[in-house]
Amino acid sequence: MLFRAAVRQAAPLRRHAFTPLARRTVTTDAASANVESPLPDEDHKLFTVRLSDESFETYELDPPPYTLETSKKELKQMYYDMVAMRRMEMAADRLYKEKKIRGFCHLSVGQEAVAVGIEHAITRKDKIITAYRCHGFAMMRGGTVKSIIGELLGRREGIAYGKGGSMHMFAENFYGGNGIVGAQVPVGAGLAFAQQYNEEPNTSIVLYGDGASNQGQVFEAFNMAKLWNLPVLFGCENNKYGMGTSAARSSALTEYYKRGQYIPGLKVNGMDVLATKAAVQYSKNYAITGNGPLVLEYVTYRYGGHSMSDPGTTYRSREEIQRMRSTNDPIAGLKQKMLEWGVVSEEELKGLDKTARANVDAEVAEAEAMAVPDNTPRILFEDIYVRGSEPKWMRGRTVDETFYY
Amino acid sequence: MAAPRLFRPTARLFSSRLASTALRSNIRQSACAPSILRRGYATETGTKEVTVRDALNEALAEELEREKKCYIIGEEVAQYNGAYKVTRGLLDRFGPKRVIDTPITEAGFCGIAVGSALAGLHPVCEFMTFNFAMQAIDQIINSGARTHYMSGGIQPCNITFRGPNGFAAGVAAQHSQDFSGWYGSIPGLKVVSPWSSEDAKGLLKAAIRDPNPVVVLENELLYGQHFPMSEAAQKNDFVIPIGKAKIERPGKDLTIVCISRCVGLSLDAAAELKEKYGVDAEVINLRSIKPLDVETIIASLKKTGRILAVESGYPMYGLSSEILAQCMEYGFDYLTAPAVRVTGAEVPTPYAAGLEAMAFPQVDTIVGQAVKLLRL
Repeated sequence: MLFRAAVRQAAPLRRHAFTPLARRTVTTDAASANVESPLPDEDHKLFTVRLSDESFETYELDPPPYTLETSKKELKQMYYDMVAMRRMEMAADRLYKEKKIRGFCHLSVGQEAVAVGIEHAITRKDKIITAYRCHGFAMMRGGTVKSIIGELLGRREGIAYGKGGSMHMFAENFYGGNGIVGAQVPVGAGLAFAQQYNEEPNTSIVLYGDGASNQGQVFEAFNMAKLWNLPVLFGCENNKYGMGTSAARSSALTEYYKRGQYIPGLKVNGMDVLATKAAVQYSKNYAITGNGPLVLEYVTYRYGGHSMSDPGTTYRSREEIQRMRSTNDPIAGLKQKMLEWGVVSEEELKGLDKTARANVDAEVAEAEAMAVPDNTPRILFEDIYVRGSEPKWMRGRTVDETFYY
Repeated sequence: MAAPRLFRPTARLFSSRLASTALRSNIRQSACAPSILRRGYATETGTKEVTVRDALNEALAEELEREKKCYIIGEEVAQYNGAYKVTRGLLDRFGPKRVIDTPITEAGFCGIAVGSALAGLHPVCEFMTFNFAMQAIDQIINSGARTHYMSGGIQPCNITFRGPNGFAAGVAAQHSQDFSGWYGSIPGLKVVSPWSSEDAKGLLKAAIRDPNPVVVLENELLYGQHFPMSEAAQKNDFVIPIGKAKIERPGKDLTIVCISRCVGLSLDAAAELKEKYGVDAEVINLRSIKPLDVETIIASLKKTGRILAVESGYPMYGLSSEILAQCMEYGFDYLTAPAVRVTGAEVPTPYAAGLEAMAFPQVDTIVGQAVKLLRL
């Protein structure tokens, strides 16, 4: 019990989250935005949403506007994306438990608003790189549910042809899916370096967890990004635990948005998809207008364990998880607002839920029916090198198994 | 084979020159070079004496000129003109956008270079020495070499890692290590290690043009050494194919397989073997560590029946272990004596000159092993 009490003490962010009056931090309320006037009838017509004034916390930076232009159409899309993402992750959960998925599998249930909020704030020409909790990002970058689940199942038609698995998914302007904690941060700065080199008006979104934020090379990347004014948005997805080590037990400064020191920072309510979108939209504009990098902190929460082998209950209380699920859920929050504002009727919303679930389920079923790669040397040895530039041969387990290209 | 006719005078030239001067005294070597040139290349016109450093510099300049996506990043590569002056003048010529000084953060700038390569640029990432690249080896391997395969072939990474590797004089254990075996073991990487100026230029250009991550392991002690460069090699389209070894000196009695600085030592040893024992040793300059030119090694072994591998890395789990294993697998029936190797000693490099000499292959070490192998 002592341990639990210590953990609870060691999670100041969470503590604040349930005492709305406590200032100095952002809320994790997923339903804190409001609209001031009646909504337009048209689906695509923009209207203004007022975000909670506890949506952001800034460091050496003017806060983003506390308003966001959106449309019914976009809200519905965001809702659909989050529901589909969660449905897909739950399917992965099931398939893992059925022993159809091998190895590691890290789910992002609870963190959907981050991936969805970011994608709705940028264009497909902007680049994203993240760590191993990547299924949702892969989906938002255009990966189909079928290809993502197919990859988890090790199928030939998986997003990485069955070669990458859970942690390594790539798509256009999506650079993975990286398994070495923190290593994706300098690589992400390199993506922004290329954008600057090519004079592209785009940004790179680099995501890492609160655990990774202590890696030395994260600070190396910060230094060079600021030195060279790279258009990069570093973003710490603070889900409060790096595996089973709470932020306070791993980090001397748990205000991750201040960790850039000489880089301005922005902490955002990562449970609210609207606040996330507003923050990233503002940050992108900041970065591509020559102001250089920003360090964002998305305050979020992972409902499940670190990976499938972690029940997620030894280092935090069940009550904590339950409280986040029932009061701060990003999907429930947006749902509540959409109904409140009259974006959709109860009936329509049910329809949306149903469509999302049906679409995902159908794609999951398709993925399960997909073939595994043929167990042939040709497929085993393909793509070690760029096609046409391979060595003459690669050795197999024995001389006889040597494969000649 | 037309090669012997072409190579024999060259080989004799190299061996006589290298035998007469110590490797480290570059100035004396260059001073005596012209007379050798006149002798050795009487029929060849347009050959020029060029240092390895200048050859590398030329390769970089030509590739920066050719490909706009190509840029150089590393510590002291720009304003300082390169810690070993390999990038001298490139900042002035190509500007700060293409030649970029970094802070001393190997993991960080290597990661940035890899990221930019994933995004389509063609970086040349210089490590002041490969000893420091240990800080960044995760980025080289996990982010650089693995991504193409892990992505199912949709995400290439055209990057070149280069810098001095292996034995250096008087700098002790942390600055004098050979990483051939480390990088050579990684599928997804290509690894080359030049000896002469032609090697240096041709291999570096090939590395930059290759669409995969390529590690170029140079040697600090060779930078100032002069080598003849043919007219063809002086042109800007000169590229040496990765994965192809070169027979530096043909012979019939013994095959010596070597790389980088050990090629020079082996040629000296071959000359001594000829002079003292009348033995014709064939010296193969591997040029590439990965892929390894097993065909050339085995073809030579078929001819000579005896093989000696020479490298300056550690003996355990290294390049020479691999060469010997390949000889067992592909050339066992041609061996008339057990394959032998000369390597660096299993010891952190000591500082004191005498001890240091004991830690790395010397000409007499090679000659001694060859004599034993041949039962002379």
